[in-house]
Amino acid sequence: MTAPLLSARGLRLAFGGVKAADGIDLDVMPGEFLAIIGPNGAGKTTFINMTTGYLRPQAGTIEYEGRPILGLAPRAIVRRGIGRSFQLPQLFTEHTVLENAALAIAARAGIWSPLAALLRPGYRREAMALLARFGLVGVAEARANALNEGARKLADIAMAAALEPRLLLMDEPTSGVAASEKMGVVETLVRVLREAGVTAVFVEHDMEVVARFADRVAVWSQGRIVTLGPPAAVLADPAVRREVIGIEPAHA
Amino acid sequence: MGEWFTENGLLLGLAALDGLAYAALVFMVAVGLNLVFGVLRIVNVAHGSLFAIGAYTAASVGLLFAAWGLPPAAGFAALLLGTALVGGVLGPVIERGVLRRVYGQEEVLQLLVTFALFMILEDVQKLVWGVQPVSQDAPMKVLGTVEVPFGDDTIPFTVYQLFVLPGVALFTLLGLAWFLRRTLTGRVIVAVTTDKEAAMAMGIDAARVTLLTFTFGAALAALGGALASPTTSLVPGIGASTIVLSFAVVATAGLGQIEGAALTSLLIGLGRSAAVYFEPELEVVVPYLIMVAVLLVRPQGLFGVVEARRV
Amino acid sequence: MSRRAEALLALGGIAALVFTAWAAPWLRFVLTVALAKGLAVLGILLLLRAGQVSFGHAMFLALGAYTVAFAAPAVPETLVLLPAAALLAGGAGLLIGLFVVRYRDIFFGMLNLALSMVFYSVLEKFYAVTKGTDGIRMPNLSVAGVEPGSEAQGWIMFSLALGLALLCAVGVRAYLGSPMGQALAGIKTRETRLEFLGVPARRVLLFAYVLSAMMGGIAGALIAMTSRHVTPQLAYWTSSGELIFIGILGGAGSALGPFLGAVAFELVRVYAAAAVADAWQMILGGVLLAVILFAPGGLVGILSRRRRQA
Repeated sequence: MTAPLLSARGLRLAFGGVKAADGIDLDVMPGEFLAIIGPNGAGKTTFINMTTGYLRPQAGTIEYEGRPILGLAPRAIVRRGIGRSFQLPQLFTEHTVLENAALAIAARAGIWSPLAALLRPGYRREAMALLARFGLVGVAEARANALNEGARKLADIAMAAALEPRLLLMDEPTSGVAASEKMGVVETLVRVLREAGVTAVFVEHDMEVVARFADRVAVWSQGRIVTLGPPAAVLADPAVRREVIGIEPAHA
Repeated sequence: MGEWFTENGLLLGLAALDGLAYAALVFMVAVGLNLVFGVLRIVNVAHGSLFAIGAYTAASVGLLFAAWGLPPAAGFAALLLGTALVGGVLGPVIERGVLRRVYGQEEVLQLLVTFALFMILEDVQKLVWGVQPVSQDAPMKVLGTVEVPFGDDTIPFTVYQLFVLPGVALFTLLGLAWFLRRTLTGRVIVAVTTDKEAAMAMGIDAARVTLLTFTFGAALAALGGALASPTTSLVPGIGASTIVLSFAVVATAGLGQIEGAALTSLLIGLGRSAAVYFEPELEVVVPYLIMVAVLLVRPQGLFGVVEARRV
Repeated sequence: MSRRAEALLALGGIAALVFTAWAAPWLRFVLTVALAKGLAVLGILLLLRAGQVSFGHAMFLALGAYTVAFAAPAVPETLVLLPAAALLAGGAGLLIGLFVVRYRDIFFGMLNLALSMVFYSVLEKFYAVTKGTDGIRMPNLSVAGVEPGSEAQGWIMFSLALGLALLCAVGVRAYLGSPMGQALAGIKTRETRLEFLGVPARRVLLFAYVLSAMMGGIAGALIAMTSRHVTPQLAYWTSSGELIFIGILGGAGSALGPFLGAVAFELVRVYAAAAVADAWQMILGGVLLAVILFAPGGLVGILSRRRRQA
């Protein structure tokens, strides 16, 4: 029995009267691709926020690589090897894509260098290689806020990946991406991550993506995980189909 | 402790009454600044210049009236005229002519625009009124003094400083509160202050609201200046010292709160007054010490509604 | 602006300054003060990169100036006083910065303003120590042990100012291109992202703040040594406003901007004051308005546009 990479127990968080987390228990196994699905407001982003230290749960524990990470600042959690991409891409808007990537690499390598240039040959090479893996070389010199949504999403994920995390949490990596590009983007993403041996947890609304790429699916509803299992089983579950996917059961 | 009070009771009483008058003036300026920031999201450095020009104008009109042989009580009309002129004329001119062009630009630039206006208006004062002190204290003189009992002594206080200043300030506070809460225009202003985009989406004409609010704020500053003019002789530089003091009040109170501004004006006014009577060397520094202390603990100000960006 | 253009502009500027100082000796003083102010504005530039405006930066300038004024009677050696001022200002910047970097935008600005006004008030009122608004007169200073004549003194101060300006401009330029400098710019656009990259935004800002405080201190020391008279006005809020003014006038896009702006500012001020004694502020205010409304990139912006069109 391999130990889980990430282990959450009994997470609880309420905002006013809303229960964003109502007793979350979840183990993420190393190397797996875990999809999180559920209706809006179910607490999916809240879970990611708690895991990355952005929010503090009112009860429960989270362990990463066997060590508790509750109460650590996002910075510290990132340093332990957990990366995160955002629903709304968080790019440095006045920098180019290449500079964004280079900054991420510099952040990993050590930001405390006040004189040598950011785009020094070493960082530049590595940044270009990173962008190449994500298919973003074409837009490397473009300003980050001039890209289309798909490219910005990928850039956001690329920056998180630049930190060479062991666990990558992605919040709706394909939302806003044009349908025609979507599968291509996800294939690229999955290939890059699997090659690097990164464990991925991603919040997703597109069931096709989930069906094709997830090893397991966790279904969120009103702050709790109601179902957890391989996609084929979970997505066929009528309750899930009704609550999450919104498919009305066929009437006789 | 009790002994200290009996010995210094007189000074404390004097400080309190002086502080009250001073706080009233501070409030008049600060509340306009607050209002303008709430709607335009611009810290108007030129606000102090409007105060100064209001003061100078009121004094000049008063002197003119005196030269025409009008009774000293006409000095009050002079105060109001000064306010109306400055607020009604300079307000729209500044808002339409200058500020309108920089809405939406970076905050630094907007702030510097008002700083540039401040620089221009400071010299306008020098060019129009010269650098020699100007004074016109008829309104204050005409109301005479009142003997205020302090234990065994009585101290004469001018009716103007004791009643008119705090009275007008109180009236402004209550009037403004009523206006903002009960009238349609007022509520529109509050809506724009709270969420400009949502207000505009509901069809509110933001352009008119900003013009109105700015003019109103300018008038309040000018009124403050006009009210202040009988109490002091006017020299170049009062605009500069007034605006920085208003910043202190507004930042300490928290942007967007008029009751808060009133209480903070009182706090700072009384604090400064106490310093004048007990430890004169601290007079100028007290407001800023209070400001630092409050901002370190509560960056959004004592009564602030805006969430401070504390990282 | 391309590196070559910048380097050419810098060289041209230095040549112009040296020539003017030689050909018009009465301007030497003005240019020295301008270079010093430009140095202080270089510090403002750093903070502007992070999207923050300090309304109290003049306090570091005043700190440097008063350090020199207080220490001069005991140690009248320029080459000792300058580093001393820099260190003291930098130290103050560290202490103050530790608090101030927790705040952003208007709150950052206001807190800095408050602190500078506290400093100003102390300088103004504690006459016994600071001589209040009368200010402190500086004794004659030696340079490397020698007391120069007044002509030589003028040239020495000019050269010191020019040299330090060049050094700091080059340093700042390198810094702004480095990971730390770029992270500083990241604070303005996406501070959350920095945190999620594992970068401590506060510490990055603090580093910049201390640097800017040091440069302010050096500037103040230079001004004290050149004008031989320090007054509390150096710390007044309008002095901080002037620094920001110069920053925008020169343009925040290049390390040359502060110096272009400062020289332009001081020259306009001197000539306007000579021509119309009570309207120079108005003229400068008008210039600032014109720049903001029509050329928000400042002088640097105007020059880069020209080169691209050429």
